[in-house]
Amino acid sequence: MSSVSTDKRVMLTIVTESVIENALLADLDRLGARGYTVTDARGRGSRGVRDANWDEAANIRVEVICGRSLAETLLAHLQERYYANYAMVACLHEVEVLRPEKF
Amino acid sequence: MIDVVVLFFLLGLLAGLARSELKLPPQLYDSLSLVLLLAIGLKGGEGLAQQPLLPLLPQFGAVILLGIAQTLLAYAVLRRRFARADAAATAAHYGSVSVATFAVGVNWLNARAIDFEPQLPIFLAIMEVPPIVLGILLARGIRAGTNWRRLGHEAFFGKGVVLLLGGMAIGWSAGPVGLAPIKPLFFDLFKGALAIFLLEMGLIVARQAVELRRQGLFLVGFGVLMPVVSAALGIGCGVALGLSPGGVTLLATLAASASYIAVPATMRLAVPEANPALSLAAVLGVTFPFNILAGIPFYHWLAARFAGGAP
Repeated sequence: MSSVSTDKRVMLTIVTESVIENALLADLDRLGARGYTVTDARGRGSRGVRDANWDEAANIRVEVICGRSLAETLLAHLQERYYANYAMVACLHEVEVLRPEKF
Repeated sequence: MIDVVVLFFLLGLLAGLARSELKLPPQLYDSLSLVLLLAIGLKGGEGLAQQPLLPLLPQFGAVILLGIAQTLLAYAVLRRRFARADAAATAAHYGSVSVATFAVGVNWLNARAIDFEPQLPIFLAIMEVPPIVLGILLARGIRAGTNWRRLGHEAFFGKGVVLLLGGMAIGWSAGPVGLAPIKPLFFDLFKGALAIFLLEMGLIVARQAVELRRQGLFLVGFGVLMPVVSAALGIGCGVALGLSPGGVTLLATLAASASYIAVPATMRLAVPEANPALSLAAVLGVTFPFNILAGIPFYHWLAARFAGGAP
């Protein structure tokens, strides 16, 4: 058995167009996210191939680890503000973290 | 005779259409556009250092009006066929300018030893933004909900404007002697950098083929006719300002060109309901190749007739 003790948190993963990165991160800050990780991404979805070969087709993946209530607030905001007009997929998954006070 | 840099564009286009494995690293595309923007800025700044700047102010006003007239004209035509947001966003692309097209124009004139005025790169910088603002106004009207502060920051401090005007400021203060040590990179390698850049442009244009087929003939017709009408307006403006035939050619090229970097990015934020695939199919799939393959020589032929000088 492992000797480390972990706490449950929720990870919100957002895959979307890199063109809205600044606006999206500003929203996350404003709504209370205490941190996030952004990586470049590429893939294929209902909006066709987004191969990141140049800015217009570039995607990002944003990951936020937080409590469930904040994650649901963020998700609701994404749905209301971005889902209609931008290529975006977002999902929640449970994660186990060390140092829970960070999140 | 086709310029050698345009042959690189055709190579990229063919490779893309044939679904070749060929792929340039995105960082290379970014680096090359940085070199091209700085080179254009430095060259313009160097030339501007040798003349007073104040008399140029009315010219700046004139080219801003030119961009606004183009945007309104494009909107009036597109609105007959498209929803308001799509028409406004696409019109903004056509009112604004393309650095790549401008660079091909500069290269075309350089290859033929045709001079042009040093303020043309300033025109390039100041013609980029006003059509974006107008496009947003056409799409949404003047009402709350548009974050002008953020959009203004995106537009005025975008990569293109900063590098162009920054390069100009450096060229202006350094002068020919100060620029000599960096001349091999920015001036001597300009053609080579442009060639590789256009290879990538060919690949990007090839990717528009599918969307273009879906949009049909109206968009293709618009993509060819709009730059020709814009170029005619640009020639009228250039002749009225008393530019040389080379200067008139480049102003016509600027007018004919359509933005595919700054405008799509800003419009995506400001008018999200507009379909970006529509504008990019027209701009990249039709107008950009038309301008560099046939447009620029044609605009010069027209410019030489109206502005005097040997064609």
